[in-house]
Amino acid sequence: MTNAPVLIIGARSDIALAVAHKYAALGRPIQLAARRAASLVAERDDIVLRYDVPVSLHEFDALAAQTHEAFVSELPALPDIAVCAVGYMGDQSASERDIAAAVCVMRSNFEGPASILAVLANRFAERGSGVLVGISSVAGERGRATNYVYGASKAGFTAFLSGLRNRLAKQGVHVVTVLPGFVATRMTEGMALPARLTAQPDEVADAIERAVRKSRNVVYVRPVWRLIMAGIRNIPEAVFKRMKI
Amino acid sequence: MREVMKLSGWGRYPVIDAHVRAPRDEATLRALVTAQESVIARGAGRAYGDSAINPAATIDMRRFNRMLAFDPSRGQLTAEAGVVLADVISSFLPRGWFPSVTPGTKFVTLGGMIAADVHGKNHHKDGSFRQFVDWIDVMDADGVVARCSRDENADLFDFTLGGMGLTGVILRAAFRLRPVETAWIRQTTLPASDLKAAMAIFEETHESTYSVAWIDCLATGGSLGRSIVMTGEHAGVGDLPKHAGSPFVTRPNPSLPVPVDFPSFIFNRHMVRAFNAIYYAKQALRPGPRLVDWDSFFYPLDSILGWNRIYGKSGFAQFQCVIPLDRAREGLESLLHAISATGAGSFLAVLKRFGPQESAFSFPMAGYTLALDFPINPQTLSLLETLDQITVAHQGRFYLAKDARMTSGTLRAADGRVEDFTRARRAQGWSRRFRSSQAERLSI
Repeated sequence: MTNAPVLIIGARSDIALAVAHKYAALGRPIQLAARRAASLVAERDDIVLRYDVPVSLHEFDALAAQTHEAFVSELPALPDIAVCAVGYMGDQSASERDIAAAVCVMRSNFEGPASILAVLANRFAERGSGVLVGISSVAGERGRATNYVYGASKAGFTAFLSGLRNRLAKQGVHVVTVLPGFVATRMTEGMALPARLTAQPDEVADAIERAVRKSRNVVYVRPVWRLIMAGIRNIPEAVFKRMKI
Repeated sequence: MREVMKLSGWGRYPVIDAHVRAPRDEATLRALVTAQESVIARGAGRAYGDSAINPAATIDMRRFNRMLAFDPSRGQLTAEAGVVLADVISSFLPRGWFPSVTPGTKFVTLGGMIAADVHGKNHHKDGSFRQFVDWIDVMDADGVVARCSRDENADLFDFTLGGMGLTGVILRAAFRLRPVETAWIRQTTLPASDLKAAMAIFEETHESTYSVAWIDCLATGGSLGRSIVMTGEHAGVGDLPKHAGSPFVTRPNPSLPVPVDFPSFIFNRHMVRAFNAIYYAKQALRPGPRLVDWDSFFYPLDSILGWNRIYGKSGFAQFQCVIPLDRAREGLESLLHAISATGAGSFLAVLKRFGPQESAFSFPMAGYTLALDFPINPQTLSLLETLDQITVAHQGRFYLAKDARMTSGTLRAADGRVEDFTRARRAQGWSRRFRSSQAERLSI
C-alpha cells in the first residue's frame, strides 16, 4: 500500500475528522485543510497521539477560489486521496429573503468544492493517479421547498463530480461521490432525525474508505437511502409539487 | 442532543427519564454547569446503577475525547475525560504501553475510571487507579477549572478519586501507563475446592501481578466457595514462541452482539447451577500455565457486546462488597450461605484479594472483595438486603459504581467516611450543583 498522504478539505467538520481518524488508523499521513487551521491543533495532536502518523495543518478557504492553485502547490506532498467535506446547510428561509445568504450557500456547496477538486483533478491527472472524494448530498437529487438552495448547490456538485469522473476515468484518477443521507453532526444538531436513517460520522468514514478501496462511483452510507431516493425521484412532478416533504 | 432520554446504567435498573446534554467544548459545558440547578457528568454509562444520572441535567462527556499529550519518559498520557480505555489500549499497546490499572471492561471513559477510582486484578500489588493519576482538572459549580494533584488542591484530588462525579466535572487528567514487552499474559489456573483453599491460594500468590477468582456461589456444604483462581504476569518477549511475529499482535477476539433481551425464565437456578458446575469442571481439568492474549485475560465479557441484555428487560443488580482481612473468612462464608440458601445463583461471581488502600472515599481496602450479579426480582432484591446486612456486620463496605438500590442507612452503617465526604461537599459548594440520582438516594 502506498504511504502518500490523505488530504481532508473542510477538516473541521465531524465527517471530515472521522475520515481523518479512519485513514490515520490505517497508517496514512494526514493533511488537514480548513479556515483558521491553527485552531485544529488539539485535533491534530489527538490524531498524532492515537495513530503515530504525521499530521499537518493547512490554511484553506473554500470561497477564495483564486487561492486554490497556490494552496495545492504549497502542500508538502501531493496527496494520493483527497476528501472534500466542505459544505454549509444555511437556513432556507433566510436564503429566500436574502439573496446574499442564498449565494453563500451556493458558493459553499458548489463553487468552492468544485474549484478545489478541479485543481486537484488536474494535478492528479498529470501524475496519472489518485482518488477524489466529494461529499455531496441526497438533497441534491430533487429540489424540495424546505431546502432547495442547499439541494440545488449539492445537485450542481453531484453533476460536477459525475462529469469529473467521466473525464478522468481513462487517466488513472477515480472520483467517488458520497451521498450520506442524515448524519448526526454539528450541522444537524437539534434536528429530530429518525434514528434508522441517521448515520454516525464513523459510518460515513467507513463507507468512504471502503468506496475508495473498491473504486465505487456513487455511494449512499446507509443502503436504505438508495431506495428512498429512488422513490422520491420517481414521484411525478404534478404530484411532487403539492407534497410537503 | 438536548432531549429527555430514558437513562440507566449498565445493569439497566433503574431506568430514569433524564435531560441529556452533550456539549462539544468547555464554554458550552460551563454555560450548562452554571445555568442548571444541578448536574452530573456521565461517561460511557458503565456504572451499573444510577451513579451517572441526574433527571434535571445529565452531561454526556463523550465528546471530550481527545488525547492531549504523551510523555514516553514516564509513560504519562494526558487526555480528556471522555477518552475510552479501549482507544488508549489500541493506540499505546502497539508502542509497548498498557493501562497500569484496568477494570473488567475496556469500554469505560477516563472520567468514569477516576470518578469510581477503579481497581483491577492487580489491586493487591499496585492499588487502585488513583496510584497512577498525576493530576486532574475539575470544573466547579461556578464553571471555574482547578487542577488538583497530591500537592495542589489535595482535598479535591482525594475526593474526586472515588467521589462518583460529586466534586465537579472531571475535564481531563494525566495518568501513567506501564511498559510491557508483549500483548500477552502468562496465566496460571489454580482450582480451589473450597473457600479456605481459594483464600490460601490468594495469600500464597501475593507476589503475582494479577490474581482473581471465579467463585461458584451455588456450591454448598464441603464445596462452599469452590473457586478457580487465575493469576497472571505480563509475558516477556522470551515467553512467546519463536515464530510469533510481532509481540503486540494478537488475533482480535470476535465480538458477538446480544441482539435481543433474553426472557427472564432463562435464569433459573438449575441453569445457573449447571453452568457453574460445567465451568468449574472444565477449568479444573486444565490447571497450570498458558499464554492468553490481553483482551481475553482482562476483558472476557467485552467480547459479548451488550451482555447486560442476557438478564432480560427488567435488568440486573450488581453487588460488590469488600470485607476486611480479619473478618473476611467468616463474612464470605455467611454471604455464600445466604446466596446458596436462596438458590439465586450469579453467573459472574468474582472473588479477589485487595491490598492496602489510602484514599478519602474510594471503595477498596485490604481484604477480600466479592462481586455478584442477580436479575432484578423481588426475591433477589430481598437477598441483596440480607447481603448488605452481612457485609455491615463484618465491617465491610460497598462499591458505589455497582450500586443501584442500597439505602442511605446501610451506606452510613458500613462506611464512616460518608459523613466526611458530605461535610466536604457542603463546605466546598459541590453539593450545591453536583448531584446524581444515586447521591440523592444515599443522601451523600
